[in-house]
Amino acid sequence: MTVLLFAGVAERVGARRLAVEVAPGDRVRDVRDRLVAAHPQLEPFLPTLRYALDEEYADEDTPVPAGATLALIPPVSGG
Amino acid sequence: MTVSVYIPTLFRHLVGNRVHVQARGRTVRDVLVDLDRQFPGFRQQLFGPEGRLAAHINVYVNQVEIGTLQGEETPVREGDEVAVIPALAGGAVALTPEMVERYSRHIIMPQVGSAGQRKIMEAKVLIIGAGGLGSPVAIYLALAGVGTIGLVDFDVVDRSNLQRQILHQDDDVGRPKVVSAKETLLAYNPYVQVVTHETPLTSDNAFEIIEPYDIVVNGADNFATRYLVNDACYLLKKPLVDGSILMFDGQATTYLPGRGCYRCLYPAPPPPGMVPSCAEAGVLGAMCATIGSIQATEVLKLILGIGEPLVNRLLLYDALALEFRIVRIRRDPNCPLCGDNPTITQLIDYEAFCGSPFPAAQHA
Repeated sequence: MTVLLFAGVAERVGARRLAVEVAPGDRVRDVRDRLVAAHPQLEPFLPTLRYALDEEYADEDTPVPAGATLALIPPVSGG
Repeated sequence: MTVSVYIPTLFRHLVGNRVHVQARGRTVRDVLVDLDRQFPGFRQQLFGPEGRLAAHINVYVNQVEIGTLQGEETPVREGDEVAVIPALAGGAVALTPEMVERYSRHIIMPQVGSAGQRKIMEAKVLIIGAGGLGSPVAIYLALAGVGTIGLVDFDVVDRSNLQRQILHQDDDVGRPKVVSAKETLLAYNPYVQVVTHETPLTSDNAFEIIEPYDIVVNGADNFATRYLVNDACYLLKKPLVDGSILMFDGQATTYLPGRGCYRCLYPAPPPPGMVPSCAEAGVLGAMCATIGSIQATEVLKLILGIGEPLVNRLLLYDALALEFRIVRIRRDPNCPLCGDNPTITQLIDYEAFCGSPFPAAQHA
């Protein structure tokens, strides 16, 4: 699946788009854990990170269909 | 004879923002001619092309309308009070010919029209932060003729602001932002009223500052102020048009009371230092206009009651990829503020909540 990164998350990882393997039955949290294992610098974002699956807000329990796009959205405070 | 002339808000810019001015003459017509002599530009506001008093202007001598006296030939005496009042239409201010011309590109659209323009001229919009986002929002709202524009900011203009904060110019460095902003906005459009709140927004003053306004725009530069504005707007039932920027990323959404809030989107603030500010990480100046212009558009749509507001949708702007995405969001029934069983029913200590003090500036 494709994972889109925004703002500070993209900066920390150094990419705005990643490809991640998904197994049948995976939920958002499984994909997230796999991402954090590969990119430990994501860890501090976890408490405030929000997820959108195919442009719909999702939580950690949402099942991830194959071929879906997951967006990791951190809050941004600048004005 | 010298009389005192009451000047309504609409015309005060012509007379140095005074409420009363002195004028001389034997009749109402003399007085009006003397006004134009003292304050050039007055005549075209009052008289139609044939030199007659425009139909939408009423003149009163000692609170009696001159139509019931002798019209423009009504004599005046020393010390009389003359009032020049534009007609009200449906509770709204009348559009003068100059205003019709100024706002013509809005008025000719059927979605706006003169009724919509009057709504814009009656609207009161508060902008939090006269910085990167607040600048384009305030300028476009002033150009559109939003009747009352409030600005909250306590900081002074810093040279590092000038790369993006288009309310302020090189000569303004060191001046209070709200003062510089007010000058800029009135130079763009003298027909709007700019109310400055030169203070940090806090739990102690937020209700008092926000309450008089119809719509609030968030251009704050820190999480503590963002949660404070969100909570105050929800508790006061004010629409909140939110926007934020950092580096090459922007976000925007509109919260209508009861249809989700910032806490539904981001229930907890990030740990201090986790998400950098513009001062720490930078921001591409031109991005401010992209997000700020979307916020100004949302405000005008809300005032006019047209289109679909950016409600229950979060706009994500990635300037490097040049991609806009809209993510559907929804009210969280477990939200501590706007959920089914709220635990936040008044303003809290936002510095404690965010684990950091309100920074030295509320706009970056």
